[in-house]
Amino acid sequence: MFRTALRNVLAYKARLLMTVLAVMLGVAFVSGTLVFTDTLGTAYKNQSAKSYDNVAVAISSSAGGTTHPRSKDAAADEGLTQQTLDRISKLPGVASAIGRVSGFAGAADSKGRLIGSGWSNTGANFAPGPDGKDPRYTFVSGNGPAQAGDVALDKETAARGGFHVGDPVEVATNGPVRTYTVSGIFTTDDGAVSAGGSLVLFDTASAQQLYLTPGHYQEITVVGAKGASQQQILAEVKPLLPKDGTADAQTGKELADAQAKQIEDSFSAMSTMLMVFAAIALFVGVFLIANTFTMLVAQRTKELALLRALGASRRQVTRSVLTEALIVGGTASAAGFALGVTIASGLRSAMNGLGAKVPAGPLIVAPTTVVAAFAVGVLITMVAAWLPARRAARIPPVAAMSSAELPAPAKSLLLRNVVGVILACGGAGLVVAGAATGRDSGRRAVGIGAFLLLVGLIVLTPLLSRPVLTVVRAPLARVFGVSGNLAARNARRNPRRTAATASALAIGLTLITGLSVLGVSVGRSVDEATVDNLSADYMVRMASGMPLDPSVAGEISKVRGVTAATALESAYFDVDGRFSAVTAADPRGLAETVRVTTVTGSQSPQTALAEGKILVDDKTAKSRGWKAGDVVQASYPDGTKAEVTIGGTFADNLVLSPVVMSDTLLAPHVDKPEVPQVLVKTTGGADAKTAEAIADGLGNNPAISIMDRQGIRNTFGGVINNMLNIMYGLLGMSLIIAVLGVVNTLAMSVFERRREIGMLRAIGLDRSRIKRMIRLEAVVISLFGAVSGVALGLFIAWATGRTISADLQAYVMVLPWGRIAIFLGLAALVGVLAAVWPARRAARLDVLDAIMTE
Amino acid sequence: MTTSTPSGTRADDSDDRAVAVAARATDLTKVYGQGETRVVALDGVSTEFRKGEFTAIMGPSGSGKSTLMHCMAGLDAVTAGSARIGDTELSALRDKQLTRLRRDKVGFVFQAFNLLPTLTAAENITLPLDIAGRKADEAWLEKVIKTVGLADRLSHRPAELSGGQQQRVAVARALAARPEIIFADEPTGNLDSRSGAEILGFLRNSVRELGQTVVMVTHDPVAASYADRVIFLADGRIVDELRSPTAEAVLERMRRFPSTVHS
Repeated sequence: MFRTALRNVLAYKARLLMTVLAVMLGVAFVSGTLVFTDTLGTAYKNQSAKSYDNVAVAISSSAGGTTHPRSKDAAADEGLTQQTLDRISKLPGVASAIGRVSGFAGAADSKGRLIGSGWSNTGANFAPGPDGKDPRYTFVSGNGPAQAGDVALDKETAARGGFHVGDPVEVATNGPVRTYTVSGIFTTDDGAVSAGGSLVLFDTASAQQLYLTPGHYQEITVVGAKGASQQQILAEVKPLLPKDGTADAQTGKELADAQAKQIEDSFSAMSTMLMVFAAIALFVGVFLIANTFTMLVAQRTKELALLRALGASRRQVTRSVLTEALIVGGTASAAGFALGVTIASGLRSAMNGLGAKVPAGPLIVAPTTVVAAFAVGVLITMVAAWLPARRAARIPPVAAMSSAELPAPAKSLLLRNVVGVILACGGAGLVVAGAATGRDSGRRAVGIGAFLLLVGLIVLTPLLSRPVLTVVRAPLARVFGVSGNLAARNARRNPRRTAATASALAIGLTLITGLSVLGVSVGRSVDEATVDNLSADYMVRMASGMPLDPSVAGEISKVRGVTAATALESAYFDVDGRFSAVTAADPRGLAETVRVTTVTGSQSPQTALAEGKILVDDKTAKSRGWKAGDVVQASYPDGTKAEVTIGGTFADNLVLSPVVMSDTLLAPHVDKPEVPQVLVKTTGGADAKTAEAIADGLGNNPAISIMDRQGIRNTFGGVINNMLNIMYGLLGMSLIIAVLGVVNTLAMSVFERRREIGMLRAIGLDRSRIKRMIRLEAVVISLFGAVSGVALGLFIAWATGRTISADLQAYVMVLPWGRIAIFLGLAALVGVLAAVWPARRAARLDVLDAIMTE
Repeated sequence: MTTSTPSGTRADDSDDRAVAVAARATDLTKVYGQGETRVVALDGVSTEFRKGEFTAIMGPSGSGKSTLMHCMAGLDAVTAGSARIGDTELSALRDKQLTRLRRDKVGFVFQAFNLLPTLTAAENITLPLDIAGRKADEAWLEKVIKTVGLADRLSHRPAELSGGQQQRVAVARALAARPEIIFADEPTGNLDSRSGAEILGFLRNSVRELGQTVVMVTHDPVAASYADRVIFLADGRIVDELRSPTAEAVLERMRRFPSTVHS
């Protein structure tokens, strides 16, 4: 049996080409994902383990400093002082202890631009041991910074800025920009640096001055003496920690394990997400495979009947078809696995090429990856071939005897349609029910319903295809004449096959449309909640996302043309007994830069704030049961408690925290206001000159970013756009497989209709119109799939949108018609491209040969 | 069943008068393959097919009768010599022009009917006109449909018609565009004798009554007896010709073939 199956596969290899390609791509996706994430995960894990190699115990402090939200009793905090460090160094089990302090620092290139991305610019102290060396850093040239005014740069940053030892360099921290002298250039294993970030080293005193308080550290790492176990050292260290509990000591092993766990989690999340898309691609492939085997079985009706007549049992016939599927699936999986491994190693080099430093390490091909790749490829192929194989077994032996081609048993679609209607209606019902909840709890129902609806519609597509394809015939015939007429008729000729082909495309388009509508709608809503609520022309922030120096607002307001520079201070403390995020600002400045829409309350927001009342977000007010006029207790960061009156509620506003108060009300309770952003209003609106003037006013600090309204929009909405683009890319694979399906279907059709095409050529249809006929058939099938996919995608997006609106009040469904038009245009293009090869084959058909074949 | 004198409106029984010729072969040679596998299918065939005449081409298997038809119909390229339809030399035409010529000047009837299963009988009949983008001559079409007796089957699809009915649709399709010449390749090969006789009757009527020109390849002496003229091929050469044949005469001539194979 195996030999017959192998012979058959070889005999029909051209017709199996698309099937092999589809399975291969799916398997490549799966194995590529697994190899890539395993390889990266292992490399990062090794790297992090290495960085804790020398660390016996690490102590970290959450106290002190200006960059962290303060805990309530921070005032009493001692933190990790020089004294603590000295005492730890003298412990018997400790060889050496190093105090560390770090924060944001970015070097500017010769044009004053920040080197690096902002989020990954780090500054830290250079902490030499007794030997004058800091084990974390290896100097390529020069030495570590020994005095204030010196800095050392990592090699990559130095190269990008063209810096050498002795050069002056401008370094921006959260304070003003200062010019330092490069004392040395180093390399390091630090994960942030190897991932493409920059690192500036200061002498310890300067770093403490910049990031914390003189004489204090954020972290102490301890190197153990010979023979001392990590646990032992931990026990010795613990009694020396500050009594307020703000510091925590852990062994190096614990830290390494925790980090390994974290790395593993993040990679397994990434792997899972990619696998979802691989699964979609493979699901789409099922349709193609099923189509192919259905055709092969139909073409071999006589041959299979002969086997039956010679005494083969039904099971043997089924098994022979499944064996073919096994051979095809196995071959395709092997090719796909090889492709996947190649892609994974290629991706790593590509990422290195793009500047994202991936730690080196061997390519990890786990045994489970190999098993998964083959299992997936072979199973998918065999499952898809299952129904055709069953059908093959039902061929009666007498079919071998009949001279004429048996008409395909026109099995009624009745059962199929009933099942489809039940699934589709049930699914649609669930979707609507989920949407009706209007809360995120309904999302599960929408998800399950959407899946059932999709499956139901796929089952129903043969039924739906008939009326749809009948309707398009008249216009096609009018525009394209005979070619159009015949194309439309051919498309509805084999409803099951057309349906399977169109469905494959519909799945991808459902997802793409749904995601686009949601993405664009959320983006628009975020826009509305940010830009539309702002009357400011600029938003000024640190590129690092750290707070700005409190002096920034004052500096900006001195710039000509600036009418208001409002610092939005942020603070976190208990209001009415619950920890709340608070925005504090000058009432007049706030009124000039932010549109605060009053929902309840009789006073204007400005007046209410100026009178020392607080404003609260309408949604928060509702959930906490607050009303305008209520008096609640505020427990300020410094520990004092005070009664405040709620002046009114305002509509959802992403720029503001749920609680807003005036800056003068907050000022007595914090040492130093924390200002993440300053909003700027100018007389003439945003233009390049004003932006330049503001930058000048801030000493051209490269670490400060000045965003105009478009910039703000990009910051808030850009994430969504990036995510959409990634989704499009990942769904691309299922689209490619769907296109292969269209190619496959057309190639089959051309093959089966050789005689007809020959006759058409004989009676005078020229080659170009034969091609056009095939092309139009492809376009009709593609558009049919695309339009159903878009329609379903819109419905699901609508339902999902309803469940979002509770979290995002401004959510309104926006239909991106432009994008949808592009999708449909692309689907038509897909049809044209998919038809290229089959159409050429049809046009090149030898007329005589085609007519004469029986 | 046989007639000795063609009495059509345009055909003439006088041999040496200048008659209009629908198609002509001159020294037509067709060779397949090369070297060892070289087969001479047609070996210098010269003949003409007059307008308004029904010609049958006969001969044993492998005699080249189908090849002659394919070459004359512009379906196959000739190796040497000339094949003309009207004044058009086929060997000078490229594929596009050949396609156009077949569309405008040639009609086909195939052994296996070759109808499009997706089209109704009426749509199959007008297919050549649709391809050419021409309007059907309604009066002519009605006449053709009446002749082949399909008036009540026009909205049926091929699958709903019997073999004979399907071939009648094919004949009507060949006639619909009023071509200069119709080639029929074993048109009765897949039919029972009654349906076959009907089809042959239609072909003859189309010549007699509608003034068409028909060339038919067959190996059935009865079918050949419907023609005005029969040419006999053997080994790629014309070896004999009969005018106003009877089935008996054709059969008798065919019986002599084994001895003339090497002549």
